[in-house]
Amino acid sequence: MTPRADQAPASERRGVPLIDGIDKVTGRARYTADLDHASALVGRIFRSPVSHGEIVRLDVSKARALAGVVAVITGEDCPHTYGVLPIAMNEYPLARERVRYRGEPVAAVAAVDAAVAERALGLIEFEVHALPAYYTSADAHAPGAVLLHDNKPGNLEREVHHEFGDLSAGFAAADLVREQAFTCAEVNHAQIEPHASLADFDALSGRLTLQSVSQVGYYLHLMLARCLDMDAARIRIIKPFIGGGFGARVEVLNFEIVAALLARAAAGKVMMQLTREETFLTHRARPHTETRLKLGLRRDGRITACECEVVQRGGAYAGYGIVTILYAGALLQGLYAIPAIKYDGYRVYANLPPCGAMRGHGSVDTRHAFERLLDRMARELDLDPFAVRRANMLQAPTRTLNDLMINSYGLPECLDRVERASRWRERIAKLPRGKGLGMACSHYVSGAAKPIHFTGEPHAVVNLKLDFDGGVTALTGAADIGQGSSTMVAIAVAETLGISLERVRVVSGDSAITPKDNGAYSSRITFMVGNAAIDAAKNLNALLAAAAARKLDARAQDIVCEGEIFRVGGGGQAGLAFAEVVQAVLAEEGTVTVKGTFTCPPESLGGKHRGGAVGATMGFSYAAQVVEASVDEATGRITVDKVWVALDCGRAINPLAVEGQIEGSVWMGMGQAMSEETRYVEGLPVHASLLEYRVPTIAESPPIEVHIVESHDPFGPFGAKEASEGALAGFAPALANAVANALGLDIDELPLTPDRVMAATVERRRRQRLNAKRKVG
Amino acid sequence: MPDAPSANKRLLRLTVNGRPREDAVGDNALLLDYLREVVGITGTKAGCDGGECGACTVLIDGAAVPSCITLAVRCEGKRVETIEGLAAHGRLQRLQRAFHEKLGTQCGFCTPGMIVAAEALLRRQLHPSDEEIRTALSGNLCRCTGYVKIIESVHAAAEMAP
Repeated sequence: MTPRADQAPASERRGVPLIDGIDKVTGRARYTADLDHASALVGRIFRSPVSHGEIVRLDVSKARALAGVVAVITGEDCPHTYGVLPIAMNEYPLARERVRYRGEPVAAVAAVDAAVAERALGLIEFEVHALPAYYTSADAHAPGAVLLHDNKPGNLEREVHHEFGDLSAGFAAADLVREQAFTCAEVNHAQIEPHASLADFDALSGRLTLQSVSQVGYYLHLMLARCLDMDAARIRIIKPFIGGGFGARVEVLNFEIVAALLARAAAGKVMMQLTREETFLTHRARPHTETRLKLGLRRDGRITACECEVVQRGGAYAGYGIVTILYAGALLQGLYAIPAIKYDGYRVYANLPPCGAMRGHGSVDTRHAFERLLDRMARELDLDPFAVRRANMLQAPTRTLNDLMINSYGLPECLDRVERASRWRERIAKLPRGKGLGMACSHYVSGAAKPIHFTGEPHAVVNLKLDFDGGVTALTGAADIGQGSSTMVAIAVAETLGISLERVRVVSGDSAITPKDNGAYSSRITFMVGNAAIDAAKNLNALLAAAAARKLDARAQDIVCEGEIFRVGGGGQAGLAFAEVVQAVLAEEGTVTVKGTFTCPPESLGGKHRGGAVGATMGFSYAAQVVEASVDEATGRITVDKVWVALDCGRAINPLAVEGQIEGSVWMGMGQAMSEETRYVEGLPVHASLLEYRVPTIAESPPIEVHIVESHDPFGPFGAKEASEGALAGFAPALANAVANALGLDIDELPLTPDRVMAATVERRRRQRLNAKRKVG
Repeated sequence: MPDAPSANKRLLRLTVNGRPREDAVGDNALLLDYLREVVGITGTKAGCDGGECGACTVLIDGAAVPSCITLAVRCEGKRVETIEGLAAHGRLQRLQRAFHEKLGTQCGFCTPGMIVAAEALLRRQLHPSDEEIRTALSGNLCRCTGYVKIIESVHAAAEMAP
């Protein structure tokens, strides 16, 4: 039986509010800091005051002796490295022998209250032999630089060299070849909830329970077992409500392990709440990126070749770095048809907080360079920005040069929708100076087809429990972090079973109850967990249909349940109420638990080349957007007046939530484009508050008009793909293209702060004056 | 945290969500910590290190105030209202209903402060314009929604009977 999702297009369906929305608007939703911790000790972390050095002396005896201090731990207490990638775990929860960035955790204290814990931190004696510290990729990579990690010459975490197609033939076939360098500042997720963990170690039973802000409880579980030398069966991970993630909480974070270590050392419960400053220090976000891009373009708009070099400043430890530098190259593909692509990527260690995954992981800064250079070259060839993109459309189904599978492709319709909605053609040549329109395209994966911890298990498992109360409980390890994934699971189950949404309850993220899930990253949940939820519901429906068939004296395959009534063939005759059928099933089976799974097939797992699994997915989302902006030449201040965005999410399972995801991702792209950047002075973060790190406020955020395009992916749940990352990467280049349109000024650095706009304006005036002088001379 | 050991305590009399209270609080206790740890209501959130994000917004005598940079003892004799005080008799208050139905909330962490700040606005302005909403909520950061549906939610609430 095929799922019976409502077939109306997204524009005719409203969607449903989040199933946990009432908890959020009433304030009764419990986030980690809200959990009962009356009996808990307070955990605090002592952090390195220097950027790079060998630890000469670490004496915690005075801290330990302070009244009210229950436990003090150091690197001595955990000899195990941790990290998100099994091949690159080079970090200790608390530094051992060396510190590599200012703010790196060195020791930790559990005390009866915060005041005592903080006084104890002040009693820790720490001496280091300072080593040279590097804050730029160039300095860290320079000949003779001291290595942050002895096994990584040149401070290179990873180099990637990929070449597909005939590059020289491609450039030879071009009518125009241009090369340009772009710089994007490092940015941070800045989720509004600061980091927190509540660790409870029961010394009597030897069991550990950790409630934490993790997007991937499964990784946390694995890393705690590793770092605490514990049997994983004695660990329980519970996900409370989570105040946003955006990638910040995909990796296991040092404070989570430290909280668990402290709880064990104190034989009790420890509440670890980081300040906003510490939350910034924990970082794991999008790295500072330098991109050098060369494109070949024909007069008819066809791209003939692409050569791209990317240098990412990854920070002091590996984290997700290898994946990020691979994504940056892999996702040059999959958006347009490009016959030849060369990619050289360099991930460099530096003495700064480690970078990691952030919404649009790896793709954003490269996409910015690509969409900017393509626009400039189109201008040179007098081609319309829409036309040049339309000249390079893919035809689904297809495979890219790097062997990524593309099964649905709604980009042409996305282009049509935003071109029309923004009245591009009527307006583009007629805007006054200082006002501009710009556009760009982008895409993103619907889940990494090859999980990081590849175990051969299904990519997703969902359990459904049906019991005497007639309720259907969906059990999933997928972490709802605000994106609405639990609501998606409920809809998938309800629609497949033909029952009301209210009958479905979703329990998510408790390792004692819910099946393992790879978590909330790479926009995998809708595609993978959605498919598993549908599979589970089909399996439950088979039991229900068989019971109904026996009662109705019909064949099970002819039974249809709609509106909670089982009928033969769905016809008009009297049917059986849901409760009656449930009763019949339970009478034979007792409480029913069924399972559904989803597995990405081998052909979706990417190319055979080294690193070829990164970028591989069952389906890409596609987006096009137009940004209208005004630029004040006197102040350099940019105002975004309006955004039109269209995103192909395959099928909007919940149109309301899809809209929210698209708006949020476009806006997050706006933050990176306009104002967000981290800044370090000798390794000291001077951006580490929400005043210094400038997230756009409501006052400067534009209206965003969303168009949902549904390309009905053949493998997606009800045809769905991801909706929350694909539109992000297009914003910054669309804005920069709009600024170019407004002032004829190309700025190749992000963010487009007033000072950068002014610097570019001044530089242009200087050049114009020089040129004028030369002419006169 | 509520009281450093050296802090002088004094008796604080105020109403929290309509209920009178008397508590001994330290001179240096912040209203946010008083609400979360003494009163024991955790809807009001701490999102920053002080006055940066608006997640801790509460009403003091009807005015929206960041509770993380307000001393509890400054609330002597005053009416403090939090997100928990808005829903009554098993019904969502109009802003809560609008934020829920229009998806003005995603992760929900900024939501209590956002709704409370919007409540202060609607009490003085029956039908605020986009600009008035933007001004009133400009101290409340949200990282999920891009604010589009927050503005829609406030408008929708303004159209409902209070």
